Amino acid sequence: MNMKPMDLQELEKRFQEKIDKEIKIEPNDWMPDEYRKTLIRQISQHAHSEIVGMLPEGNWITRAPNLRRKAVLLAKVQDEAGHGLYLYSSVETLGADREATIDDLHSGKAKYSSIFNYPAVTWADIGTIGWLVDGAAIMNQVALCRCSYGPYARGMVKICKEESFHQRQGFESLVTLCNGTPTQKAMAQDAMNRFWWPSLMMFGPSDDESPNSAQSMKWKIKRFSNDELRQSFVDATVPQAEILGLTIPDPNLKWNEETGHYDFSPINWDEFWQVVKGNGPCNKERIEARTKAKEEGMWVREAAMAYAEKRALKKTA
Amino acid sequence: MKNEALYNYVLRLGDDSLILGQRLGEWCGHGPILEEDIAMTNISLDLIGQAMSLLDYVGEIEGQGKDHDALAFLRFENEYRNALLLEQPNGDFANTMMRQFLFDAFRKPLYEKLLESTDQQIAAIAEKSLKETKYHLKHSSEWIIRLGDGTDESHQRAQTALDLLWRYTDELFFETADDVSLVASGIVPSMNEIKTQWSKTVQSVLEEATLVIPTNNWQFEGGRRGIHSEHLGFLLADLQYMQRAYPNMKW
Repeated sequence: MNMKPMDLQELEKRFQEKIDKEIKIEPNDWMPDEYRKTLIRQISQHAHSEIVGMLPEGNWITRAPNLRRKAVLLAKVQDEAGHGLYLYSSVETLGADREATIDDLHSGKAKYSSIFNYPAVTWADIGTIGWLVDGAAIMNQVALCRCSYGPYARGMVKICKEESFHQRQGFESLVTLCNGTPTQKAMAQDAMNRFWWPSLMMFGPSDDESPNSAQSMKWKIKRFSNDELRQSFVDATVPQAEILGLTIPDPNLKWNEETGHYDFSPINWDEFWQVVKGNGPCNKERIEARTKAKEEGMWVREAAMAYAEKRALKKTA
Repeated sequence: MKNEALYNYVLRLGDDSLILGQRLGEWCGHGPILEEDIAMTNISLDLIGQAMSLLDYVGEIEGQGKDHDALAFLRFENEYRNALLLEQPNGDFANTMMRQFLFDAFRKPLYEKLLESTDQQIAAIAEKSLKETKYHLKHSSEWIIRLGDGTDESHQRAQTALDLLWRYTDELFFETADDVSLVASGIVPSMNEIKTQWSKTVQSVLEEATLVIPTNNWQFEGGRRGIHSEHLGFLLADLQYMQRAYPNMKW
């Protein structure tokens, strides 16, 4: 549709007024192309993260140490697949195609949370992923429950409830390890050492390095900056680590009376950007696994379509 | 043991659920569509839940204080009593669904009969498990029909799976001399009844799926006696890894 510049300006003005008044934007409402694009990028990245995130945890389902833990892990990974489904549906309300966004993931065009490019090598990693990774995700997601885009905000409410359960089960699993034998405690500490910094990186680049942030804040897609969320996460997590008796691998971590927050060491952003670029320990494996699942599942999807068509024909005949 | 016949019977039920649940868990993150990833982890979760109840009861019958974990993780390979069908590798999606269908079609009438068991514990477990199993059978039947009557490729794959797995179906109905006493006291049904029901379901679904029961009816058995295929050892290596590598710890 061709629009006169005046019309466009007026539409944008009204759009921003709605946002300022905290009125949710719904799928059929007018929205700026950039708003739509930003949301498609962000929600599909989020969906991909849920699906790729199934892999490091899924790899421990067959080796869970007892049947209760196996059942809990199965339920958790199943929740994540469910989150992926809601999120892909949210993306579709913006006019994007689920399969096309998945192809972007496989081609490397679309990103997902870099944390899932780190390997889950011990059982303690599973508890630690629940505690730290889901804990960090919740910090982001609670804020997203108030996102200006209605379908995303509403999906996030349900997702947050489940994520907070995941975070607690992860913590509970670590409580068991930390109250167990010295071997178990050491396993938990080792997982903490590997996952602490990548968890802090989950909030994304520092505010001064985050080009999309200002516009997203204005549109109320984002409510808090990356650094604010990261700080909240550190502040919430340090006391939990103390309860577990685990040492956070940062010699400069200390409470700052003046700011009322914990100070911590600078983040190794070189590592962050290397992993984003595809040089993390598991980037290749994760994308290969997803691509293989899609390729090997092609005949199944074709069969389902063919069968549905045959049935539709029979009905009309 | 006071009630060895009951012990063996419930152990077979528990091991069937455990081993198939374990196999389905391998699919997690690798399913052909996201919806099936969810379905297969869900069925796996149901089966693991059933295994927990059943193996707890096995421990109770044995009376040596073993819980479901002691039984699931700390037996030797030849002490598992699952049918060979359930330890067969996942293969492709058609193979996984065929294995599931052949088993669900057996489990549903079995649980329906076990509802009437004079053993209250068995009846209670059957009641909970039957609800789940009905869904499993609906899901696997629909896929068998879809795959069989889908494309040429899916038909071929489903037929290959049926040809491969048919050899393990008779063993599901294995009955020991001891089982006769359980049948007589109304604790479990006779397997003849179950097989009749199973055949009816299998025939009607396969017919709708345009799949053909293989003419070679050679049947394998052994799992019920603890003689397994080469596949079980690898499955147990994964299943038991943590308990064997870190013995006597709580998780």
